[in-house]
Amino acid sequence: MIGRLLVLLPVWAWLLVFVAAPAAILLAIALGEADSGIPPFRLAWSLAGFGMLVEDSYYLDALLTALRIAAMTAGCCLLIAYPMAMGIARAAPGRRVLLLAALMLPFWTGFLLRVGAWIGLLRDEGWINGVLISLGITDAPLPLLYTEGAMLVGMVHAYLPFAVLPLFAALVRLDPTLGEAAADLGARPAVAFVTVTLPATLPAAIAAFLLVFIPAAGEFVIPELMGPPEAQLVGRVLWQEFFQNRDWPVAAALAVALLVLLLVPIRLFQRLEAQS
Amino acid sequence: MPIQTFGPSGPTVIGPAALLQAKAITKRFGATLALDALDLDIADGEFFALLGGSGSGKSTLLRIMAGFETPDSGRLLLDGADIAATPPWARPVNMMFQSYALFPHLSVADNVAYGLRRAGVAKAETGARVAAALAMVGLAGFDRRKPHQLSGGQRQRVALARSLVMRPRLLLLDEPLGALDAGLRERTGFELRALQRETGAAFVMVTHDQEEALALADRVAVLDGGRIAQRGAPRAIYERPASRFVARFLGAANVLEGRAADGAFDSAEAGATFTDIPAGTVALALRPERLRILPPGADEPNTAPGTVEDAAFRGDDTLLLIRMAGGALLRVAHAEEDGAPPERGAAVLVAWDADDVVPLAS
Repeated sequence: MIGRLLVLLPVWAWLLVFVAAPAAILLAIALGEADSGIPPFRLAWSLAGFGMLVEDSYYLDALLTALRIAAMTAGCCLLIAYPMAMGIARAAPGRRVLLLAALMLPFWTGFLLRVGAWIGLLRDEGWINGVLISLGITDAPLPLLYTEGAMLVGMVHAYLPFAVLPLFAALVRLDPTLGEAAADLGARPAVAFVTVTLPATLPAAIAAFLLVFIPAAGEFVIPELMGPPEAQLVGRVLWQEFFQNRDWPVAAALAVALLVLLLVPIRLFQRLEAQS
Repeated sequence: MPIQTFGPSGPTVIGPAALLQAKAITKRFGATLALDALDLDIADGEFFALLGGSGSGKSTLLRIMAGFETPDSGRLLLDGADIAATPPWARPVNMMFQSYALFPHLSVADNVAYGLRRAGVAKAETGARVAAALAMVGLAGFDRRKPHQLSGGQRQRVALARSLVMRPRLLLLDEPLGALDAGLRERTGFELRALQRETGAAFVMVTHDQEEALALADRVAVLDGGRIAQRGAPRAIYERPASRFVARFLGAANVLEGRAADGAFDSAEAGATFTDIPAGTVALALRPERLRILPPGADEPNTAPGTVEDAAFRGDDTLLLIRMAGGALLRVAHAEEDGAPPERGAAVLVAWDADDVVPLAS
């Protein structure tokens, strides 16, 4: 009994200090009132912060844009990750380790370094425009950087491994004779994928989608460094409210709203898991 | 009706009409020769067993018939048309997998309907055929269950129904009874035979279990090292094995080495000489259940002396290990109705009928 307590104690301590307490503080700030001072808010039981979110469509737009970009990122990641995961799962065990290592390799370089590399590739004087101009395909540099496309490319690249890993884990466990049975019963490979492989790995696909979608929804760095200036994602707006406008209650209310919005798909996924 | 085909050497007549013909099929995996120029005919509506140990090539042959492997050379003819390069989804051949390979996300009825839906069979007909197939395997009313809610025996029936609903002329079965417990095997074996008679489809079964092959099949082919060691009706190959390998593999016969000369076979290790043996015989096979034990000194022809080295009671008989004077160790099945078996260490005579001595050519 005491041993069990000792094992669980760090877990509960961790959850209390790093999850429950910050959430409580965040909620307290969201219910406070802005004030000029340090910290720039006063404790109060005010719904003004949340009221602002509803009144000014700017905040709602930022939330919806973030969710849209996150969904597009997760969708693109899924499309790329399925064939990758299938390739890794079907490789010989020795090669498999190598391919998984290659997948994780980018994590060994700094995140900002990778974003920087994309900027170097995409900017007006970058490599891609350089090649296009020297080949005579275009006269003036194409506006590649600071577009929604550039932002998506950066996000997909950053989050792709999170989609590949759960799909790989599911595909490598999938009985290979299932595909043979489908073929034997008249299914061409594409039909077999849609009717057998895809449904049998659906929980993993949802997990992969959420693992990308959730962090992507709050992403700040990539939209800031690669996105168009007018793309006001919730992460950027949060930053501005906290550090530029110093309106902590509104920023905190926005953060709480994002958290609640992201809890919905997580709960749905858990229900789905429990059913299957 | 004989079928005419046009090979590189001009038209050749093959026949009588076989449903499936394998002609000189060779398959290598790296340095391993899995199938070595193998020839095989499967007749329409017969129950055929491919019997062999692991690495004999039996599973490779089945996978080539299903289309999951392509032979390196040779031809595979279905109704006279070469299907060696036809992908599995385009072959009118169905397979029941050893692991059953039921689709885990689909219900029993959807599993059975899978092939019909791929073939574009109308909805009403699909429903009727699925119901009929499930009734045929005794699973009516299980439509909505998921595979993980079924017992091993029930899963096996779903797999069977899923293949049979396609009305294949050739059904391939990979160790169909392998995953069932002993009690279910016998009953399921009889049911398999009944289904085969009922549907009229040709069944080709792969098994490593000689009893299963002998009990179920109309014809058996014993595979060894990618070649067919012997083929024929179960009783014929059991009673008249052609080689040492088949004699030992089927029913664990005693194989006596020796030399044939002038119509006799002299086996030093058994301490006996056998007469009326054809030339070219390299060894003899003697079934354990065809050997009798006599007290020493009995005056009978066809006997040789030995000592009981060990005995194991097996229920309906006792297996005796008899060390012969020449050094050979013979297995003798001593039936219960022949009285109490001799004690360990007893000196005995081993007796046989001349008809039960099987000359082996290789």
